[in-house]
Amino acid sequence: MNTTNEMHLRFLSKSTNEGFARSVVAAFVLELDPTISELADIKTAVSEAVTNSIVHGYRRGSGTVYIDMKITDSRKVIIKVRDKGAGIEDVEQAMKPLFTTAREEERAGLGFAVMQSFMDNVRVSSTPGKGTVVTLEKQIVQLK
Amino acid sequence: MLNTTYSDDVLTVYLNGEIDHNRAAGIRTSIDSQLNALRPKRLELDFSKVSFMDSSGIGLIMGRYRSIGLIGGELKVRNVPENLERIIELSGVRALGVLR
Repeated sequence: MNTTNEMHLRFLSKSTNEGFARSVVAAFVLELDPTISELADIKTAVSEAVTNSIVHGYRRGSGTVYIDMKITDSRKVIIKVRDKGAGIEDVEQAMKPLFTTAREEERAGLGFAVMQSFMDNVRVSSTPGKGTVVTLEKQIVQLK
Repeated sequence: MLNTTYSDDVLTVYLNGEIDHNRAAGIRTSIDSQLNALRPKRLELDFSKVSFMDSSGIGLIMGRYRSIGLIGGELKVRNVPENLERIIELSGVRALGVLR
């Protein structure tokens, strides 16, 4: 599995950048000629991961959100959404559907459930006080 | 800006565009201030013009379910486009009995 293209993006943890981030990622996937549904899945998952970095990672101030993205020769899309924010104390608990620490902001607690449902693979690596990396993978189907 | 109509104790809000965390707060404030001013018996959220929604939209629906409940009214969610059906199903919103 070789990387055929890659992209790196960094932006300030402002919520206005959520739309920017998912649009850039979607535009980068276009070379694989994804279906509308595949594109919507990726946009939604990226929106969740970026929102988590902004709402939770940098809840005590602003910081930089990083997206590192690769496309492989087997048509796999690998997206890492990274922050150097607060980190997650208990990843297993954070990934449980309906668990949220931002109830007052009406966060539904479904971010990771959405990512897992819309992508083929989701990995979360986090160190409290250091930050979080969410890796999202999706195979883009070859249409004949 | 959201288009809204109010008649026969029904407040209808026509949501549009992309609903994410960035936009949800403004939509929430706008709807809740109208709920408090008008105290309708029913709030209808129309999703026909919504092109994208992440879980912030689910939070928005669940939150309005609570706010209309507090003033003794009911919520209806209508015209959910096909591309939003998966996130709606995943969220369990259907169990609230608000979809039509």
